Amino acid sequence: MPKLQFDEKVCETCPTADCLVKCRFIDVDKDQAKAEMLRIARGEDSIVFDSCVTCYACEEYCKRGNHPFYLITEKREEKGLLTAPRAITTQWINIGEPQGKYKVGQIGKKVLSFGYMPELLDMAKGKLFEDLSPSFVFGQEFFCNVVYIHFANTSIIKKRLPMVMENFKKLGVEEVVCLHDECYGSFAHLAPAYGIEVPFKPIHYFDYLYERLQELKEQLRPLNIKVTYQRPCSSRLSSDKHRRVRQIMELIGAELVEREYQDENALCCGGIFAMLYGYDLANEVQTKNIEDMISHGAKYCVFNCPACQNTLGDKVAKKGIIPVHMIDLCKMAIGEKPLPEE
Amino acid sequence: MERIARLLANIVGPEYVSTASEERYFYARDPGLMPAHSPDYVVLPQSTKQIQQIIRLANQEKIPVVPMGAGLALTGLVIPLKGGIIVDMKRMNKILEVNEKARYALVEGGTSQGALKSYLERHHPRLRHSVPDAPPTATIAANVSIHGQGRLTQQYGFNSDLVSGLEVVTGTGDVCRIGSCALSGSWFSKGAPMPDLSGMFLGWFGSTGIITKVAVKLYPKKNLRDVEIFVTDRAELVPDIVFEITHTEMAEDILVFTQPKPMMFKDNHHVSFYITGDTEEELEFKRKMIWHALDPFIKSKDGGFMGIPPIMKPVLLESPQRSASRLADVKKGGGFEYSGPIIMLEAYPECMKKLQDLAAKYDLAYSGMVRIIDCGHAAMFAFAFAFNRADADMMERTRNAIKEVSDFVLDIGGLHWKPTVNEQKLAIAHMDPNTRKLMEIIKANLDPNGIMNPGNWEVC
Repeated sequence: MPKLQFDEKVCETCPTADCLVKCRFIDVDKDQAKAEMLRIARGEDSIVFDSCVTCYACEEYCKRGNHPFYLITEKREEKGLLTAPRAITTQWINIGEPQGKYKVGQIGKKVLSFGYMPELLDMAKGKLFEDLSPSFVFGQEFFCNVVYIHFANTSIIKKRLPMVMENFKKLGVEEVVCLHDECYGSFAHLAPAYGIEVPFKPIHYFDYLYERLQELKEQLRPLNIKVTYQRPCSSRLSSDKHRRVRQIMELIGAELVEREYQDENALCCGGIFAMLYGYDLANEVQTKNIEDMISHGAKYCVFNCPACQNTLGDKVAKKGIIPVHMIDLCKMAIGEKPLPEE
Repeated sequence: MERIARLLANIVGPEYVSTASEERYFYARDPGLMPAHSPDYVVLPQSTKQIQQIIRLANQEKIPVVPMGAGLALTGLVIPLKGGIIVDMKRMNKILEVNEKARYALVEGGTSQGALKSYLERHHPRLRHSVPDAPPTATIAANVSIHGQGRLTQQYGFNSDLVSGLEVVTGTGDVCRIGSCALSGSWFSKGAPMPDLSGMFLGWFGSTGIITKVAVKLYPKKNLRDVEIFVTDRAELVPDIVFEITHTEMAEDILVFTQPKPMMFKDNHHVSFYITGDTEEELEFKRKMIWHALDPFIKSKDGGFMGIPPIMKPVLLESPQRSASRLADVKKGGGFEYSGPIIMLEAYPECMKKLQDLAAKYDLAYSGMVRIIDCGHAAMFAFAFAFNRADADMMERTRNAIKEVSDFVLDIGGLHWKPTVNEQKLAIAHMDPNTRKLMEIIKANLDPNGIMNPGNWEVC
């Protein structure tokens, strides 16, 4: 069974303990933060187990690559501390269960991975993907399974992720362009943290889009719109790719409004919070987030994760902000899709 | 036969009478599993007067009369068990009146649910009736006659509770008005404050008379409607969860479903509830009230709200829902049968276990669906099985499973809903003797020759 590569000494010598100090859901100073992480590492009880809402942010806050969130998750599971109602966990585990109903296209050395996000199937078409779109994989057999860290269930990831790797290996692919950054986070971040071999080079679709847009530079027309970006939880697992948001926006002439809840300080869409903890936390986070978007003049809300868009899309639309996925926004910039009117 | 056909033609016109074998074949069966039996004549009357004449003729000739709406009950209620005349009501499909302020609609006895729904949407967009989850061709009169349920059942009761007046032709051929319409031209009450006589016709499946006009109550139609699904893995908590939701008085409709496929539904119980509002604020207020009411289950990790995939939401918000037709093709071959007893919700865990045991015993695809009735006062539990019509063995296994449900229902203190003839016999056998005597009196007086839908509610 894959084992988490966590080093207690890294925490002991940490100069900032940012993992918990920066956490917006836990109020601790540096000394207590360190002490709590060490307690967790030793398998003791900690206030973190009661307060952590599984936003993943500590994986980004920790600049020393010691995986505080994976550790919290592992220890919660060991102690039988549920984050989600049992039925919700069961439902999600069932959803990801491989059933032999996967789809693969004309597989080349480089493939597009839709993971198990049916919303992406229609999106990744057109000029941006024209050379790559015939070569794709979709289905539970290629689903990264990272989502189960929300449910304090790393066992299922450790069981399934090596099988996913094996499925990719059988296809003989060399590069996988991940259209969901949770997949990228899984292959580039979580798998190495558990010593799981990844038999291909994972590519974040932001990198792919950025390069492709440059190739299509002559067709680019500045969008001249004010946008905000809804950062997903999984982006915390690959925070080195977050800079691409700003770069892509500059390339397509979209002004990213500067607001309070952005970048490291971003707020979650609230979808998982609703399922795990009920109405109040989700509503509080969503209300703060949307009010922040409005007060800073955003006219469009750009989504990276289809699940975030499902959760928050209608809510921002009701407040007069147009929801749009990053891929669709790029299609608008090359004139392939009309820009929805404000 | 020819003589009777001629006499019927004199009443309804020759083009609306048939003794043709292909038509008799069609009218001999319903979409369920009950054995077929051919009628001798099929007639399509257009007026109350014609129905009165048909019943008088049938009394003279001692010929059975079976009234039929769309024939969708699945339990053989309009299969002419002793032959005779099928009275197909479809030509009597006029919407006669909608009173906006008193919120009722008066329709003829063959008017379909779909016709009234679309009429209201076009002409009275702020009103609606309780639409059952049946095909839109289902008729309003037949639905109240079987104590059907619909989208407003959780708020207001069985659809038969929402009747506000009837016109019937009794088995003796008398035209009789029931409710306020008996005294005036208004159809706002089916009884109160007078004796409520509607019970002599509702639930009798046409065995005491034929409903030729029915008035149904209408209710506010809000601008917005949404659905949420609360999920638990403990069957025994379902009654408590429903109790908390109904306590808020915020839900329009509450359903519970359990099914093993697709995988996302496996091993859980799903309590879906609908909320409505004229504004976002009203909708959100109701949502918040119900979510808060269920907080204790979330905190104890015994249940939670699932995120509804965007592809699923429009399906759930359909009215009527087409989920039954989807289940019917799970085994390919389009077969679907269910027994839907009316139970107290506390029997949910027992019913669910029985359903799963039967599905395993007879190797059948299944779905359990519950509709909450009247603020949790009762519930309809559908033991639903899908089968392939080309597979005789699978059909027989389904029959056997349904038969076991029939016996089980009485054991748990439930009542058969739209019971088959055999279930009616079981109910009569278990009934308090004085109740049965009262039914005998009603039946003997309203249908002295025993010609009305014979085989059904044969208490005499």
